[in-house]
Amino acid sequence: MNIKKLIISLIKGLSLYELLIGLSLTGRYFFSRKITIQYPEEKTPQSARFRGLHALRRYPNGEERCIACKLCEAVCPAMAITIESEMREDNTRRTTRYDIDLTKCIFCGFCEESCPVDSIVETRILDYHGEERGDLLYNKEMLLKVGDQYEKMIQADRAEEAKYR
Amino acid sequence: MTTPWLDIIAESFWILLKILLIVIPLMISVAYLTFFERKVIGYMQGRIGPNRVGFHGLLQPIADALKLMFKEIITPNKSNKTLFFIAPILTIAPAFAAWAVIPFNAELVLADINAGLLYVLAMTSIAVYGVIIAGWASNSKYAFLGSLRSAAQIVSYEIAMGFTLVGVLMCANSLNLGDIVNGQQGGLLQWYIWPLFPLFIIYFISAVAETNRAPFDVAEGESEIVAGFHVEYSGMAFAVFFLAEYANMILVSMLAALMFLGGWLSPVSFIPDGILWLFLKVGFCLFFFLWFRATFPRYRYDQIMRLGWKVFIPITLIWIIFVGLMMQTPIKDMFH
Repeated sequence: MNIKKLIISLIKGLSLYELLIGLSLTGRYFFSRKITIQYPEEKTPQSARFRGLHALRRYPNGEERCIACKLCEAVCPAMAITIESEMREDNTRRTTRYDIDLTKCIFCGFCEESCPVDSIVETRILDYHGEERGDLLYNKEMLLKVGDQYEKMIQADRAEEAKYR
Repeated sequence: MTTPWLDIIAESFWILLKILLIVIPLMISVAYLTFFERKVIGYMQGRIGPNRVGFHGLLQPIADALKLMFKEIITPNKSNKTLFFIAPILTIAPAFAAWAVIPFNAELVLADINAGLLYVLAMTSIAVYGVIIAGWASNSKYAFLGSLRSAAQIVSYEIAMGFTLVGVLMCANSLNLGDIVNGQQGGLLQWYIWPLFPLFIIYFISAVAETNRAPFDVAEGESEIVAGFHVEYSGMAFAVFFLAEYANMILVSMLAALMFLGGWLSPVSFIPDGILWLFLKVGFCLFFFLWFRATFPRYRYDQIMRLGWKVFIPITLIWIIFVGLMMQTPIKDMFH
């Protein structure tokens, strides 16, 4: 029995059986369909729920949605959000400061979930970058600008997801 | 009085020109071998490899070379500066020098010396000194470990490789590479790969080990000792090691083609012989190098030693004796 096993293993070893199996596998993959996506030209399909760059939204009349309830600041597990607020002349509470440190943010989407007025949202933009230290510390103006720029996309994504929320 | 001097100068100039004619295409093929390596390995992993620089990525090796040229060469503070810079030169010089005796066809050879095979063996053996000195001069433990491994490995596989070549020269009755190829005339079935098939396999595997390629790349062993012997090298000094590795790959593939696959001889009689056949065979062997790298995981160090000493050397010895015995029997024609 042992001798039989030995002979089999000798034949297998000397004929490079296992190695040829491995080579045939990679050889087959050589001719297989390639799955590379040519990034800037081609992109993978994205969900409407994609959590990318943050944005602060406005109402159609131009009024900012955020009411400085600070729920997002409280729920943020990475403590990336800093909010300061005060009373405006028309006796509504508004933020004077709304900072998101994108280097701290873990893109969990809790801020978006917690927002009662759909103000802070995460867009599907993922290819933003900063070239200097501090470029990724977004303040209120920058976030509002992102919101203004991509409002159509944000609206469409919210509409698509409305039935699940 | 002046004519002999002029003759010598003209002669040297002519030789220099021939050297350039070999070295420059060799450099270009090394550059493109790196490109094809990335392509082939990419394809085997379901990717498409580099395709951005130039048409289908064809300028990628040039971009790589430019990048390496403009990078700073860092010398470690406590390194042995002289040896540190001699090492890359010592690696690449033999890799190029060995090409002197390689015949490209019946006439095209720089130095048609009788001990061509011995010369090649000597040159490829010297190349390991570059690796050892690089590891020593870097004054880094990773580099030192890499060079130790490489030294032991190359010494072991040199023996098995030498024995396989003994089989070839028993068949060919010559150490001259041109004569070895001419001994294989008469079509596909006359090539030495058939009577010496086990030796061919062992030669090829030893060649992979000799050139420090995967799965025998313990001298580099990224996952264990960072980059092995060239961990402290950067810029062009690193590129020279890289060049030498690939030049050696082409060299051993060339030797495999010359000694086992009939060199420039055509496999079938109705197609003429030619240098293209040689390149085709070399390319075929090189593809296997890349294929191995895409397939096999790195050998464990003690397994490399076991394979070299306890498997390859006994098998080659037995097969050499077998070939010797067969040559005394009526079927000896098969071995000539």
